[in-house]
Amino acid sequence: MTASLFLIQLINGLQLGVLLFMLSAGLTLVFGIMNFVNLAHGCLYMMGAYFAATAYAHTDSFFVAGLAAMLGAGAVGWLIEKIIAQHLYTRDHLDQVLATFGLILFFNEIARWVWGASPYYMNVPPALSGTTNLLGVMYPTYRFSIIVMGLLAALGCYLLISKTRVGMLIRAGSVNPTMVAALGVNIRLLNALIFSLGGALAGLAGLMSSPILSVQPGMGEPILILVMIVIVIGGIGSVQGAFYAALMVGVIDTAGRAFLPMLLREFIDRSTAQAAGPAIASMLTCIFMATVLALRPQGLFPVKNG
Amino acid sequence: MTSNRLSAWVSGLLLLCFALVPLYAGWMQEPFLLTFFTRVLVFSLAALSLNLILGFAGLVSFGHALYLGLGAYSVGLLAFHGIDNGWLQLLVTVVACAFVGAVTGYISLRTSGIAFIMITLAFAQMFFYLVISMKQYGGDDGLSIAARSQFGGIDLSNPTTLYYVSLVFVIGVLFWSNRLIAAPFGMVLRGCRMNERRMKALGFQTTRYKLTAYVLSCVLAGVAGLLYANLTGYASPAYFAWALSGELIVMVVLGGMGTVMGPLVGTLALLSCEEVLKGMTDHWPFVLGPLIILVVLTARRGLYGYLLKGDAS
Repeated sequence: MTASLFLIQLINGLQLGVLLFMLSAGLTLVFGIMNFVNLAHGCLYMMGAYFAATAYAHTDSFFVAGLAAMLGAGAVGWLIEKIIAQHLYTRDHLDQVLATFGLILFFNEIARWVWGASPYYMNVPPALSGTTNLLGVMYPTYRFSIIVMGLLAALGCYLLISKTRVGMLIRAGSVNPTMVAALGVNIRLLNALIFSLGGALAGLAGLMSSPILSVQPGMGEPILILVMIVIVIGGIGSVQGAFYAALMVGVIDTAGRAFLPMLLREFIDRSTAQAAGPAIASMLTCIFMATVLALRPQGLFPVKNG
Repeated sequence: MTSNRLSAWVSGLLLLCFALVPLYAGWMQEPFLLTFFTRVLVFSLAALSLNLILGFAGLVSFGHALYLGLGAYSVGLLAFHGIDNGWLQLLVTVVACAFVGAVTGYISLRTSGIAFIMITLAFAQMFFYLVISMKQYGGDDGLSIAARSQFGGIDLSNPTTLYYVSLVFVIGVLFWSNRLIAAPFGMVLRGCRMNERRMKALGFQTTRYKLTAYVLSCVLAGVAGLLYANLTGYASPAYFAWALSGELIVMVVLGGMGTVMGPLVGTLALLSCEEVLKGMTDHWPFVLGPLIILVVLTARRGLYGYLLKGDAS
């Protein structure tokens, strides 16, 4: 019993971890290469989820929903870069925080206006609705497919970044953007590309999470905080670091939520423990980040210079 | 007229208007106006405290709502246990904010740039979750405050009294900030914003100065929280929320970072703007968001900064 419970929670943690990775891969590049604080990344995730749910409701095709989420969120990312972000790269972080804070207000209100304030649901596609036998425990197929999708996304990122010319430019840009521009690379196009790639990945995360979460205005912000934590722990600008950190944060958060209430029940009464557990679990990730920052301000897996 | 004289005139006039608000509200039978302007004053106090580290020392704290929340919960928790002695509540607020500020500030100030923004945000989130988890004190729903703070003869349950107490605090901090700009301590802080390495080379232990400013700022924000709890009669986890931290930053920047009067002007502008938009449409953030972006992209000196610049030539 306890072993299988432990295993399930571990898989749940991995599932949250890969979702966090899909969100943080693009954002960490935006942080690292453009030195741009983008608080509106959660909005891309939210828009992706809405696009996916709407497309799925109209076509009943998970594939079309995926296309809508990734292309839609990618396009929104492109627009944000072209209209607002590119003017702010040379400004200080404060201006970037403010502008993207304005974007959050704007996008959340758009979602509330177009889709209504009440949560919007998307059904699990029938092909993925059963359970799968994983090492002896029955696990919902859809949640398992999230992990598969996340690992595929990570593999895609790895291939793109380490095996292609675009990836080479991205890596070069994360070490020394000025030098890349000086060598004649169209850095503005590269920046817009990174922004919309990050948007597409966020859209993918939105697609995958909309059948298991309710799609609602403001859904991007709580997860954005986790994503920020992941990025800072992993080392700003490091996709590989984001991957490891995302898995760590996912497992810590899930395990904390699952096991802390049980642990606390030993000391305090049941209902208090039930309420305090998730909160303390959420604090755990923050404490983890504060510890990492205090001991290694550059993150656990920083981008190597030179 | 020099820009200094102009700024003194504008500040004096603005404060005079603020002093007359309760009379006007009483005369027009509009208690709503009094509540609104008390909110402006309370948030101005919080924005002024943020300006101390954001505007003077250049530290982008994205978790300043934490101290507002601590102040509010100092009132809420003590009132919950039947203690409405304002002096005691004030003492708890100051001690709690100074302690939390000193600990988190000590850790946060080891970092800079993006990491500083993130770590202050993380600390605020930590307390946000902590408050939500306190089920016996309302948890998610917050804590309703039955009895307002009593400062000896000063009873904060009277709206006019609360208004004038807030005004006195705001004027006090304004006066103090004005002195601080020219004082050695303020000079060091401003030096840190412009070129910290040079300040270090001059022999200043910059981290010590910044930490002192950070703790002072936290305590002031806590006092604002105490007043805010008395205004709303409520202590809610939302006071810790990062959206509020963001709004405080907007207030400071909108008014003009690093100026003395800027936060007051910015708060007045933002809250009035919100109030007007709310009256016009339910979808007010749809307008406010792009407005903030526009201000960031165009008006780098803030409203008050513009006023001063316009006359400087």
